Amino acid sequence: MAYPIDAHHAPVDPSVPLEYSTEDGSLKILGFWIFLAADIVLFSCLFATYIVLHNNTYGGPTAQQLFDVPGFVAETLLLLTSSFTCGLAIFEMHRNRLQPMIGWWIVTILLGMGFVAMEISEFAKYVGEGANITRSAFLSAFFILVGTHGTHVTIGIFWMIALLIQFIRYGITAVTARKAFVASLYWHFLDAVWIFIFTVVYLSGKVS
Amino acid sequence: MSSMLSPKKRRGIAFAALSVSVLLLSGCGSQIAVLHPEGPVAQQEYNLIVWSFVLMALVGLVVFGLFAYMIIKYRSRPGIEKYYDPNLEGNKKLEVIWTVIPILIVIALAVPTVQTTYALKKPPVSAHDPIEVDVTSANWKWIFQYPAQHIETVNYLVIPAGVPVKFMLTSVGPMNTFWIPELGGMEFTMPGANLGLWLEANKPGVYLGRGANFSGKGFAHMQFNVYSKSQSQFNQWVSKVKRQDPSLSLTEAHYLVNHQGLSPVLTFSSYPSSSVAQNSNTRMGM
Amino acid sequence: MLPHYFNHLFVTGIDIYIADVLIILTSLGIVSVLTYFKKWKWLWREWLTTVDHKKIGIMYILAAFAMFFRGGMDGLMMRTQLAVPNNHFLSAQHYDEVFTTHGTIMILFMAMPMLIGLINVAMPLQIGARDVAFPYLNAISFWTFFFGAMLFNLSFVIGGSPDAGWTSYVPLAGPHFNPGPGENYYLFGLNLAGLGTLASGINFLVTVIRMRAPGMTLMRMPMFVWSTLITSILIIFAFPVLTVALSLLTFDRLFGSHIFSMTHGGMPMMWVNLFWIWGHPEVYIVILPAFGILSEIIGTFSGKKLFGYPAMVGSQITIAFLSFVVWVHHFFTMGAGAAVNSFFGVSTMLIAIPTGVKVFNWLFTMYKGKIRFNTPMLWALAFIPTFVVGGMTGVMLAIAPADYQYHNSYFLIAHFHYMLIGGTVFGVFAGLYYWWPKMFGMKLNERLGRWHFWTFMISFNLTFLPMYLVGLMGMTRRMYTYPPGLGWSHLNMLETIGAFGQGISMTFMLINIVWSFKYAERDVTGDAWDGRALEWSTTSPAPEYNFAHVPVVYSRDAFWDMKYSKNKEKYQVKEKPYRPIHMPNNSGRPFLMGFAFFISFFGFVFEWYLVGGIGLAAVFYLMFQRSFEYNTDHYISVEEIEHTEAVTGRS
Repeated sequence: MAYPIDAHHAPVDPSVPLEYSTEDGSLKILGFWIFLAADIVLFSCLFATYIVLHNNTYGGPTAQQLFDVPGFVAETLLLLTSSFTCGLAIFEMHRNRLQPMIGWWIVTILLGMGFVAMEISEFAKYVGEGANITRSAFLSAFFILVGTHGTHVTIGIFWMIALLIQFIRYGITAVTARKAFVASLYWHFLDAVWIFIFTVVYLSGKVS
Repeated sequence: MSSMLSPKKRRGIAFAALSVSVLLLSGCGSQIAVLHPEGPVAQQEYNLIVWSFVLMALVGLVVFGLFAYMIIKYRSRPGIEKYYDPNLEGNKKLEVIWTVIPILIVIALAVPTVQTTYALKKPPVSAHDPIEVDVTSANWKWIFQYPAQHIETVNYLVIPAGVPVKFMLTSVGPMNTFWIPELGGMEFTMPGANLGLWLEANKPGVYLGRGANFSGKGFAHMQFNVYSKSQSQFNQWVSKVKRQDPSLSLTEAHYLVNHQGLSPVLTFSSYPSSSVAQNSNTRMGM
Repeated sequence: MLPHYFNHLFVTGIDIYIADVLIILTSLGIVSVLTYFKKWKWLWREWLTTVDHKKIGIMYILAAFAMFFRGGMDGLMMRTQLAVPNNHFLSAQHYDEVFTTHGTIMILFMAMPMLIGLINVAMPLQIGARDVAFPYLNAISFWTFFFGAMLFNLSFVIGGSPDAGWTSYVPLAGPHFNPGPGENYYLFGLNLAGLGTLASGINFLVTVIRMRAPGMTLMRMPMFVWSTLITSILIIFAFPVLTVALSLLTFDRLFGSHIFSMTHGGMPMMWVNLFWIWGHPEVYIVILPAFGILSEIIGTFSGKKLFGYPAMVGSQITIAFLSFVVWVHHFFTMGAGAAVNSFFGVSTMLIAIPTGVKVFNWLFTMYKGKIRFNTPMLWALAFIPTFVVGGMTGVMLAIAPADYQYHNSYFLIAHFHYMLIGGTVFGVFAGLYYWWPKMFGMKLNERLGRWHFWTFMISFNLTFLPMYLVGLMGMTRRMYTYPPGLGWSHLNMLETIGAFGQGISMTFMLINIVWSFKYAERDVTGDAWDGRALEWSTTSPAPEYNFAHVPVVYSRDAFWDMKYSKNKEKYQVKEKPYRPIHMPNNSGRPFLMGFAFFISFFGFVFEWYLVGGIGLAAVFYLMFQRSFEYNTDHYISVEEIEHTEAVTGRS
C-alpha cells in the first residue's frame, strides 16, 4: 500500500468488518449515520412543503397533466438498480475482491449518471412547456424537492468517482473500505428518498 | 467581605424593584391598558392574567425564599462544617413533592386556559346581534369596511357599545396584528387568509388600537382610535357618513392599498365591492 | 449596469462612514501589529490552521465577543432612539435594520458560538478525551460560522443590512416588499453558519457517545456533558429545518419561486411554521448548555454532589422532547383553532415542570453545602432568580388567551431577555469566569469580576423589568418611535439608562481580561476552584494532548473522587511509561473552505452567479483534495510528552 500506516488505520480489529475495524473508521461511520438523520429531517421539511402546496397550481399545469409515466418509472428503475449494484460492490469489497468491486462501482456510477440525465431532460421538457419554477407554488415545491434529491445524486456521483480513483490507487484497505461503505450508505439513503418521491410526488400526482 | 454582603444587596435590589413597580402601578395605573379591560373579551383575558400572576407569584415567593435561605445559611463561614454534608445527593420525597406540585399548578392553569380559549372563539354573550367589520392592513394604514352599512373608514374605527363586533382580518401587504388592548387581545392579519376576532366594548369611550406585528418602515405609525358609541349614536354616525362623505372609487381604493405610505383619517359613504380583500380569501380558525 | 450597482453597493450615512473608518483603522492596526511583531506565521500555524478543540473553542469565544460588541452597539442605538418620545436619532429604516441585526447577531452569532466555544473548551476534557471525534470537521464548523458571521456583518457597509426582523416573516422579507441584497445577507449568512452548527452537533454527539474515558458511563458524566449531548441532538433535528426555510426563501427571492408568495398559490404561513419549528428548539439549544454550566458551578462552589442527578438528566430529556411540540406558541394569534391553541398552550406549560425540577435541584445542591461566592458562583446564583422571573412570565405567555394581550408587546421582549440574558448570558459569564483558568492559565480578578457582576445585574434589571410594564401599557416591539402621553416615556428612559449601564459594565470585564493577562497570578495547580470533573485533573491550560495518561473513572464527579476518595489506590496508575499519542494534523483547508464559501455566498447575495459559482467550485475542489489526503495524523513522541509534563511539574 502506498500510504503510510498509522494508528488511524491500525490496529485493525479482525473481528468486525474492515470498514469498522479502526477507531477512526467506526467513528466516521457513526457520524455519517447521524448526518443521514439530519438529511432525513431536511427532506421531511421539503416533503411537507410539497404536500401543503401540491394543489396550489394557480391555473398552471397540474401534476396529472405534467408527469409522464414511462419517464419517471425509468428513472426509478435506474436508481433502484444502481442501489443494488452499489450493494454488490460492497459485497465484493467484503470478500476482498478488488476487480469485481470496481466493476460494480463503475456500473453504479453509470446508472446514477443515467438517472441524472433523465431527470435533467425531464426538467427541461417541463420548462419548455412553460411549467417552470415561477409558474405556481406547486411547481416551485416540485422543482425544489426533486431538484434537491437530484443535486444529492449528482454530488454522490462526483464523490464515487473520487473514491473510484482511490480504490484503483490503494486497493481495499481499512480506509478505502470505510470510504466506500459511507458512500454506499449515502447512495442507499438517496434511493430510499426517491421511493418517497416516487410515491408522494409522481404516483399520487398521477392518480389524483 | 463583599461575598458576605451579597445576599443583603440582592434583597435590597429586590425591595427597590418592588417599590418602583408599586409606585408605577399607583402612579399611572390607568395607562396600563391590558390591566384595564373595557369589554368582556379583555375581561376574560384579564382574569386569566391575574390568576396566572397570583399562582406564579406564589411559586416565585417559595423559590426566592428558599434561595435566600440557602445562600445565607450555607455560605462558607466559621462553623459551617457542622452542617456540611458533601455526599448528600438526593431525596426521593422532596423530589416527588417538587414534581407533583408544579403538575398541580399546571393543571390549575391549563383548565381555565382551555375553557377561555374555546369561549373566545364564540361571540361574547350579548342581548344584541353582532355586527361585522372587515379589517385590512395595508402599508401603512388600517382600512375598516362595514359590510352591512357599506361604509369605509381609514385609520379610525367606530363601534356600537354593548354589541359584539366580529372583525374579519386580512392584509394586502406584510402581516400585521390588530390590537385594541382595552377591548381584548390581538390577532394576525395575513394576506390570502381571513382571521376572525370577536371584541366588544362595555360602554361608550375612546380606546387606542395599533398594529403589533412589524410591517416595515411606517409600522410605528399604524395607530388608530376606536370610538365606542351607544347604539343610537352609532346609527346617527352611520347616517351622517351616508349623507356627508364621498364614496370611494376603485382608483382611490387601489391607491389606498398600493401606495406605500401613511394615510390621514378618511371616511367614505360607500366602497366598490371588488375592493374587499376578504372576498377572495380562505377563512381560518373561526 | 455596473455603475448602477456601484451606486448602491456602499451604504451611505454618517454612522456608516464612522464604521467604515473604524473597520479600516482596526484592520490596518491588526495587520501592522502582526507584521511588526512578525506574527503572521504564528497566527497561521497556531490558530488559523489548528484542529485543537481548545483553541477552536477560544476562537469561537473571541469571535462571539466581537459579535457581542456589535449586537450590543445595536442595542444601545435602539435604546438611544427610544429614550424619549418622537426621537429622531435614527430613521425608521435605520432602526429596522438595527433591531434586525441585533436579534440575529445576538442569537446566532453571539449566544450559540459562545456556548459552542465553551463546549469545545470543556467537554472533551470533562470526558477524558484527547479531542473531539472529528477535529478537522470541528475546524470547518468554526470557519463556516466565522465567515457566515463576517458575511452577515458585511451588510452593514456593503449593500445594506436586512431590515425585516430576525424572524424575517414573509411577505415583508419576500422579493416584493424587500428587494435588494439586505435580506439575502441574512439568508446566506445564516445558512453558512448553520452548516457549521449542524456539523458541530454531529461532532459533539459522536464525541460524547464514543470517546468517554474508560469507566465513564452515561450516568457518571458531568451534567455539562449531558447538556452537550442533548443540545447536539436538538441541533441535529432542528438545524436542517432552518436550512430548508432559508433555502426556500432564497429560491423565492433569487429565482422567483412561489413557496411563500402572496400570489401564485404560495403560503406565507409556511415560513412562520418552518421558522419556529427550528426556532423553538433553538431557544433550548442556547439554554441547555447554560443549565449544564450552572450545574457544574453550583456543585463545585457548594462543595457538594449535584442534588437529584437522575432527575436533572430526565428533566433535560423531557425539555428537549417538549421543545419540538410547542412551536405554535409563537403565533397563537395566527388563526389556529381552539383545539390547536389549547394543545400548544398546555404543552408549553408542561415545560415548567422539568424546569422547576431543575431549579429546586440547584437550590438543594446548596443545601448542607459550603458556599463560596467567587465570581463564577455569583453569576450562577444570579441566574436562578432571574431565570425564575423569566420562566414565570413564560408560563403566563403560554396561556393562549392571555398571550393575545402579550404577543409582540414589550412584555414578550422582557420575557425573552430575562431568559436569554438572565439565562444564557449569565450562564456564559459564569462559564467564562469558571473555565478561564483552564483556557489561559490564570483566574480573572475577583474584585473587578464583582464590579462587573453587580453593575451588570442592576443595569440588566433596570433595562428589562420596566419592559414588562410598558408592554402591558400597549407598547409593541419594533416600534422605532412612540408618541408622548401614553405613560411610556419615563419607563423607556429608565430602560435606556439601564442599557448604557450594561454597556459600561462590560468594560469592567474588558479591563479585567487585560489586567488579568498582565498581572494575575498564574494557576500552576490545574485545579483552580477545587473542581469536581476531569478537566481540573490536567494542567491549566491543558497540553495539546489533554491527558498524558487517559484517566480511569469509577464514579460521578470523577476528579473529586480522585482527590478525596477513601479508596485512592484504585487511581494509582502503575507508573507505566508514556506511550506515543496519536493526534490529527493541522490543516489550512478548513479556513480556505470557509473563505471560499464566503466568496461564493457574497456573490449570491448580489446575484452575481459567476462569483457564486466560482466560490462553490472552490469549495468542492477543497473537499476533493481532502478526500485524497491520506497523511492526516501524526504522533507525539514519548520524549515530547515527558518534556511537556516535566515543564508543568507533572512528570
